[in-house]
Amino acid sequence: MSKSLANALIALGDDHLILGHRLSEWCGHAPMLEEDLSMPNMALDLLGQARNLYTYAGELEGEGRTEDDLAYLRKDREYKNLLLVERPNGDFAHTMLRQLYFAAFMQPYWQAAMQSKDATIAGFAAKAVKEIAYHIRHAGEWVVRLGDGTEESARRMKHAVDALHIYTDELFTVTDDMAICIERGLLPDPQAMRAEWQNTIAQIFDEALLTVPEVAFPQEGGRDGRHTEDFGHLLSELQYMQRAYPDMAW
Amino acid sequence: MVAAAPLTTPPTLDRARAWAAAAGVPDPEIPCVTVADLGILRDVEIKDGKAIAKVTPTYSGCPAVLAIELAVEAALLDAGFDAKVERVISPAWTTDWITDQGRQKLKEYGIAPPQKGSNSKLSLFGETVVACPRCNSSNTRKISEFGSTACKAHYQCNACAEPFDYFKCI
Repeated sequence: MSKSLANALIALGDDHLILGHRLSEWCGHAPMLEEDLSMPNMALDLLGQARNLYTYAGELEGEGRTEDDLAYLRKDREYKNLLLVERPNGDFAHTMLRQLYFAAFMQPYWQAAMQSKDATIAGFAAKAVKEIAYHIRHAGEWVVRLGDGTEESARRMKHAVDALHIYTDELFTVTDDMAICIERGLLPDPQAMRAEWQNTIAQIFDEALLTVPEVAFPQEGGRDGRHTEDFGHLLSELQYMQRAYPDMAW
Repeated sequence: MVAAAPLTTPPTLDRARAWAAAAGVPDPEIPCVTVADLGILRDVEIKDGKAIAKVTPTYSGCPAVLAIELAVEAALLDAGFDAKVERVISPAWTTDWITDQGRQKLKEYGIAPPQKGSNSKLSLFGETVVACPRCNSSNTRKISEFGSTACKAHYQCNACAEPFDYFKCI
């Protein structure tokens, strides 16, 4: 039982670590100073949430794995994050849309997780739900501003939707480990977030003059550890220090 | 700094003394306010001769958390206590826990203090009126939702042109 919960929390932690890492890649490269502050700020929230999830998962496993072991010392196939969060940053429109897709899912998810029968998870959720409120507002405002902006910004926003929408179905995947936790009231059911997610995206797209595309072939695999080519490149940077200097600390 | 003293005082006095030592620790990023002003020092209790301070993080990813915990521990050690710091996550910290004195200190430091009633959706999503800490004008505008630290947003005063930080409601 605690093994299933640990696995489910690691998958959730992986989403937060990897998306946080992607956002932090913008540091020093953002289109304006305010965004150079915003993206690392959001990355920091995501990393903090990942640390909570990893640390608790390590305790539940009882095999002595720490947050650092989980973040830095696994192989690519052992990461169970969504493909969506590992997609490269692309242009600013891609990054903001990816953030919106994820935040629009995590907001109702954390809200529901506050009712978890596990007090620690409920505690993490109560904290995270306040942080995610800022992410969804920030990313949502940019999607509207770019979608309903200049000809060029609208073109890029539409391009981002074409490139990323195919990865959103995976948000609602229920793994075997998750199913056990859902049944015991420890974690929310991702499927239960679908209606609210669709509603949030539809509202924002409506304002942004964007159309929600029909997806014939949704892309998935991250929850099983099957990643896109870009993921290996991400890990090589994320894990560089620990791989080059094993067990280093400061 | 309080000099080290042997633990000879009665428990209740000890607890008050331990609280006072821990409460005086300044926030490393906003040194004008203490951990008690911010409401992140939740409790100090004396158990089996140990002073146990309970500290709660402001944000999940606040990089100052470890620095604050170490500083609280050091302050208790300096005050002569065998010290331990526990991190409490629940209930989640809210800006409502910042004391009135803390709000006043923030304002004098040039940071607009957060609105009360942070748990309502209105304060998160509605348009908030933020007064300029320099000239008190409420004619201000938001420059960025995210400021110099996780807990602040960036504003500018339309009246006196002062750019300033606003301590966000959460």
